[in-house]
Amino acid sequence: MAGGEYPKDLKYTKDHEWAKKAGAAIQVGVTFHAQDALGEIVYVELPKVGAAVSAGKPFGVIESTKAVSELFAPVSGKVSKVNAAVTNDPSLVNREPYSGGWLIEVDGGAGDFDKLLDQPTYVKLLETAAH
Amino acid sequence: MPRQTPLNAAHKKLGGRMVDFAGWELPVQYTGLIAEHEAVRKAAGMFDVSHMGEVEFKGKGALEEANRLITNDLSKATDGQALYSGLLNERGGFVDDIVAYRFSPEHIFICVNGANADKDFEWMHRNAKKVKPVNRSADYAQLAVQGPKAFGIVQRLASQKLDGVGTYRFTTGKVAGAECIISRTGYTGEDGFELYVAPAAAERLWFAILEEGKRDGIVPAGLGCRDSLRTEMKYALYGNDIDDDHTPLEANLGWIVKLDKADFIGKAALEKQKAAGIPRKLIGFELTEAGIPRPHYPNLKDGKKVGEVTSGTMGPSVKKAIGIGYVPPTLAAEGSTFQVEIRGRPVAAKVVKTPFYKRG
Repeated sequence: MAGGEYPKDLKYTKDHEWAKKAGAAIQVGVTFHAQDALGEIVYVELPKVGAAVSAGKPFGVIESTKAVSELFAPVSGKVSKVNAAVTNDPSLVNREPYSGGWLIEVDGGAGDFDKLLDQPTYVKLLETAAH
Repeated sequence: MPRQTPLNAAHKKLGGRMVDFAGWELPVQYTGLIAEHEAVRKAAGMFDVSHMGEVEFKGKGALEEANRLITNDLSKATDGQALYSGLLNERGGFVDDIVAYRFSPEHIFICVNGANADKDFEWMHRNAKKVKPVNRSADYAQLAVQGPKAFGIVQRLASQKLDGVGTYRFTTGKVAGAECIISRTGYTGEDGFELYVAPAAAERLWFAILEEGKRDGIVPAGLGCRDSLRTEMKYALYGNDIDDDHTPLEANLGWIVKLDKADFIGKAALEKQKAAGIPRKLIGFELTEAGIPRPHYPNLKDGKKVGEVTSGTMGPSVKKAIGIGYVPPTLAAEGSTFQVEIRGRPVAAKVVKTPFYKRG
């Protein structure tokens, strides 16, 4: 998608989530493309701290004014933090998809992390899908 | 390939995000649904609704012919009046919901939903006895100018005074030099006009209105906010809230049904249903727990499915998760509580007074 930003220091999934190391945990959010395609986000449903998530499996739901979409975990592990700011103000995901709009942090996902897509591969995937 | 309206190039030039809607390529939004929704509530927005179909009955007996096909009563209307009405099948279900324009007893003009245009025309043609309808859909584009500033914008471009054209009244005349049917109607809950214009003149009219309305804050508005605006008013959307299997009595649209008029298709079924009792009612509700209701989510009472959500959204003006759906009559009163099943989880809901949004 034109105009989007995809930081080089993040890892990506084909389902349009991003992941990055945050100390021992992995922080997870959705990409610029995901929020742009969804439109204005009005509702985010996230797991509770302590819940188990599995790589490639749904861990929550994100709803825009137009559509409902599942969130897929990039890594397996236990949820160590949940971003309460986005459940209170879902539009943060549109405004700051890579900073204030992060969704959860997962403990124990380091093994899966290295298998995620790097930035050039993800951007290529977006370009291929656009044609 | 979806069909294109005469404003297709205009939408693309304005950055419209185009989607396939009922076989037509139309913009779901330009800048954003919420901003466009708020512009319509506070200033003005303009929609391309050229996908809507038009059917005309002309000649001696036109009124009687059309009146036998619809639930509302054109014989009680005046020339220059438009009536919202049902077009029903023999079972009393909606073939479509329509707006019938009475030019004169010899000239009735009917606006139908875009997705139903071919089906409706065929239905009307098959059931018309003396005066056969003419499909005029290809002869008209339609622009809806809606919002508190809409009247002023259209008035400044019109070659005649429009003060006398009240709600659900119409006239004909020139707007920005283009000959139009100028109708004080809409689907947003705001004041405004729907302008029927020749396809060749549509693009020039569209840009003339945008230019004239600039100082009032007019924006081009997409289908996304058309849906959120009408949902906040609990205006029915064909295919969501009403269809072949739901009657106007079930949809709480008894006010468009005139059982005291001469016979019309579906009348006997409605009389029978009225006598037997209405099995379900279309109500408006709010969620009282977190979530957003969406079409086809089950409505539950005591763990059992008692109906379905037909429309739902996070209302940008009411700032609540609101929905429309069918429940049994025992749950239809304001204040009744039930649950909406969202992804397997029951979420508390409460029947509320509609429209959800009140102007001013």
